[in-house]
Amino acid sequence: MLVKNTNFLFFLVFCLFFTNLSLAIEPDVFVQSTVNRASQTLSKDISKKEKMLELQDLAKDTVDIKGIGFYTLGKYRKEITSDQKKQYAILFENYFLKSFSSRLAEYSNPKINVTSKEKKNENYTIVSSILVATNNRPEVKIDWRIYTKNPDKPLIRDLIIEGLSLARTQKEEFSSIIKSNDNNISALFQSLEKFINE
Amino acid sequence: MKKFLSIFISILLLLSFVNKSNAEEVKDCFEGLNRATFAFNQGLDKALIEPISKGYRKLPMPIRTGTSNVLSNLSNLVTIPNNILQGDLKAAGLNTARLSVNTTIGIFGIFDVAQQMGLVKDYKKEDYGQTLGTWGVGEGCYLVLPILGPSTVRDSIGTLTSVLGGDPWYNVTVKNDTQYFKDSDYYVSKGTDGINFRSKNIEAFDNLETNSMDFYASVRSLYLQDRKQKILNSNKIIDTQDDSDWDDLQSN
Repeated sequence: MLVKNTNFLFFLVFCLFFTNLSLAIEPDVFVQSTVNRASQTLSKDISKKEKMLELQDLAKDTVDIKGIGFYTLGKYRKEITSDQKKQYAILFENYFLKSFSSRLAEYSNPKINVTSKEKKNENYTIVSSILVATNNRPEVKIDWRIYTKNPDKPLIRDLIIEGLSLARTQKEEFSSIIKSNDNNISALFQSLEKFINE
Repeated sequence: MKKFLSIFISILLLLSFVNKSNAEEVKDCFEGLNRATFAFNQGLDKALIEPISKGYRKLPMPIRTGTSNVLSNLSNLVTIPNNILQGDLKAAGLNTARLSVNTTIGIFGIFDVAQQMGLVKDYKKEDYGQTLGTWGVGEGCYLVLPILGPSTVRDSIGTLTSVLGGDPWYNVTVKNDTQYFKDSDYYVSKGTDGINFRSKNIEAFDNLETNSMDFYASVRSLYLQDRKQKILNSNKIIDTQDDSDWDDLQSN
């Protein structure tokens, strides 16, 4: 009985070890697979609304929406109450999903090739890729900032298009809205609500 | 040349009073006026520039590529002196070779023969604003110029330097009365450059506008990031590369 239990325990430890190894996803593979999933959705013969819904599911699965949301709040994230944080997290997620999916849904099957990756530290890897040129626009260089604190579940934290960070642009846009309303965070919440309901 | 140098040095002296800090905070000292000019430029874009850009895009690909090549070749005339001013003599040499080859064998730059020969693989435009930036001059306040669009105090002075003698193309077309070129050659080339750029970014601009809650602030952020990137002459990602920005953030 003891031998049987020991064998089972050994088997369990082996399985856990093996599972742990197999689940770690390389950031470049993660990006290419995310791009492929988006590409599949975009090439489907379905309505724009259906595409947007599928893209939103993909974003929930692969993007660190909460992290980006609080990054884009900048210094204000340290000044707001916990209730405001909760309200903001919900508003930002809805805003992000709508904005993200409507931006992407405009593209018809973009071709993106992952070219390289650079590990910055344990938490971040930058994956470089190229959006292949079409007749109407030149080739575009896109870098992906991948959060790898949990290597089994990498998450996208920023897209840097030709050196221009989308997260930083968003942060400065939000900051501008708050500043031009006497540093009132509610103005940002109202703008987010308006965007979501439009 | 002496006159140009004395103007450039005077500008530098003036700029020594402009701050040299590289603070992350956006300095939009004239935001009210900038927003008004931005609205005017947007109106102009909708009424004129965007429709022309859409029409331009309908031209056959070889014509658009040839036009783009001619404009890129012309830009060497400003890039080369700035390569030298930035101390990048290697780039100055390569770009001079590129200009010579493309203007002659490439028939006034229509064909980018230099690239096919492997002379310059990744041509980077330089201007006087970038040179001032590499010399450590801060960007100063953000400005939106009528028709010309986003700029900063430093970049506007850079543009001014071009028309005060720093741009050989301007000198032979507008400034000096040569028998070979007319004033209109300069303005047509600048206008076409703008249309060429706009035509490559129609969807990107529309997308940004539709998905921005404050389009003005988004464009300002993108412009300032782009200039920093160009001054660094690096493909490395700036600012958000600083992990401290993200440090205390929790993920999903």
